Amino acid sequence: MKPSSPSLIRPSAKAYFSYLFAGLFILVFLDSWKRAEIAPQLFFSPRGRASLLKFFSAMIPPDLTWNFLSLMLRPALETIQISVWGTLIAVMIGFPLGLLGTHTLAVRGILNDAELQGAPLRRSLRYGVYFMARAVLSLFRSIPEFVWALMFVRAVGLGPFPGVLAIGVAYGGMLGKVYSEIFEAVNDRPLEALQSTGANKLQIFFYGWFPQALPNFVSYTLYRWECAVRASAILGLVGAGGLGQQIEISMRMFNFNEVLTILMILFLMVAGVDFLSAKVRALL
Amino acid sequence: MSVVNVPAQQYRLESVRKQFGRQQMALDGIDLNIVRGERVALIGPSGAGKTTLFRLLNCTLRPSSGKLWIDGEDIDLLHGQRLRKVRQRIGSVYQQHNLVPRLKVIHNVLAGQLGRWPTLPSLLSLFNAADVELARSALSQVEIADKIFQRTDELSGGQQQRVAIARVLVQNPEVVLADEPVSSVDPTLASTIVRLLIDISQNTHKTLLVSLHSVDLALAYFPRVIGIKQGRIAFDLSPDKISDDMLEDLYSVNVRDPIATETTRETVEPIAYSSLG
Repeated sequence: MKPSSPSLIRPSAKAYFSYLFAGLFILVFLDSWKRAEIAPQLFFSPRGRASLLKFFSAMIPPDLTWNFLSLMLRPALETIQISVWGTLIAVMIGFPLGLLGTHTLAVRGILNDAELQGAPLRRSLRYGVYFMARAVLSLFRSIPEFVWALMFVRAVGLGPFPGVLAIGVAYGGMLGKVYSEIFEAVNDRPLEALQSTGANKLQIFFYGWFPQALPNFVSYTLYRWECAVRASAILGLVGAGGLGQQIEISMRMFNFNEVLTILMILFLMVAGVDFLSAKVRALL
Repeated sequence: MSVVNVPAQQYRLESVRKQFGRQQMALDGIDLNIVRGERVALIGPSGAGKTTLFRLLNCTLRPSSGKLWIDGEDIDLLHGQRLRKVRQRIGSVYQQHNLVPRLKVIHNVLAGQLGRWPTLPSLLSLFNAADVELARSALSQVEIADKIFQRTDELSGGQQQRVAIARVLVQNPEVVLADEPVSSVDPTLASTIVRLLIDISQNTHKTLLVSLHSVDLALAYFPRVIGIKQGRIAFDLSPDKISDDMLEDLYSVNVRDPIATETTRETVEPIAYSSLG
């Protein structure tokens, strides 16, 4: 959309920069290969092959006895329940903070021009809230849910509840960031029209913003729920209940057949959630 | 500070300028008086600043400098609740009708009363439409009452423009502003919609400002026609005083400064807002 202005940088200089960036790009990967100690040849060395084989053959066949399966029913259910409540808390955190952190809603664009021009106090207040919301969201998502779980286990003790809290907080940060991006991508022409009727921000949001963002909003939230099912299984490893705790127990007892069973259950659950969210998205 | 106003004065603009970014002067010193109940057409090449002027007149934007009074109120002093109250008295119809595509027609129509609707009932109405009769009567005035419960994006362009007009009917403002309301519909429908806007404003004594691509429509239906070029008023006359030369001049490219004109034409209108947002 911008008028094409004659570039100030000479072509040769521009080419120089792109070579530089290409070089840096390649360098990053080469250096990371070394430092991340990537060594695919290990798969082919006799020792590596033997231990891989041992690991997988120990898992087969999965333990499909009714005895074990019925024992896994409760932890599986618990995993789903952790993920459901974790995601709900994440939405409750991410939605309002994402809203406050939406650039075009809070501080700039057609919905703020008349409101903030010539009102320095209002403007700085809005920017304050906006940056605060963004900062809280970054903090929440920069700490991995695993670490959140360790902290909440200290705070509220072992069991599923710290898992719920960990997913709620970490995913709240992720959801909030993505929500604000979804809201910013909405067509602002209908919003301008709503504003011109004298509607307030909340009305503009629910009449114009949210209906337009709804499909993306729902599908991203459902995707996060799917991730939460997986995450809540992992969190069990640090004592936050669910299937993860069972994986941990079976691993410690060297019952790898049971581990495979649990992984299969997990796979079915994630596939089930995926199926369900596809159905919901089709409704929109 | 206080300015003596003629009571019937709807709009008063004194050397209003609007600048986007550093260079683009979208409006460059507009002086304008509009009396309540007047019907005015705006014409001019695209990029002349008509849309920016509309956005100033419906309080979407503020002037970069100069003064703007609406109904005697200095809009420099309006913020928050008071700004919204003034917006509520001004109804807008847009070129792209600017409806919310995923909402039902009834909600887009009832959105016209958002300015005077308390927040909670207005939000609940999205689940259970509050005032079906109000919406239905507005829609029947524009002759599409049967579409009331349809989703808005299922309607044709012309029908959507009627829904946008029904929204203004529900809003029931003192002023109706229409920015190129007919440039995306066919010519017969165009004159129907212009006449519809004129009927509405006449029946309820509203001030009406319409910007039009079609000079013929402007000259045929409006007692006062304002020509705008490069952010300035080129003429402000009744149609019988507007000569062909004036019109030719209005739409001609300025030969003396071709590059500047070219930039204005190409860039001002489309990026008028995106440069800000």
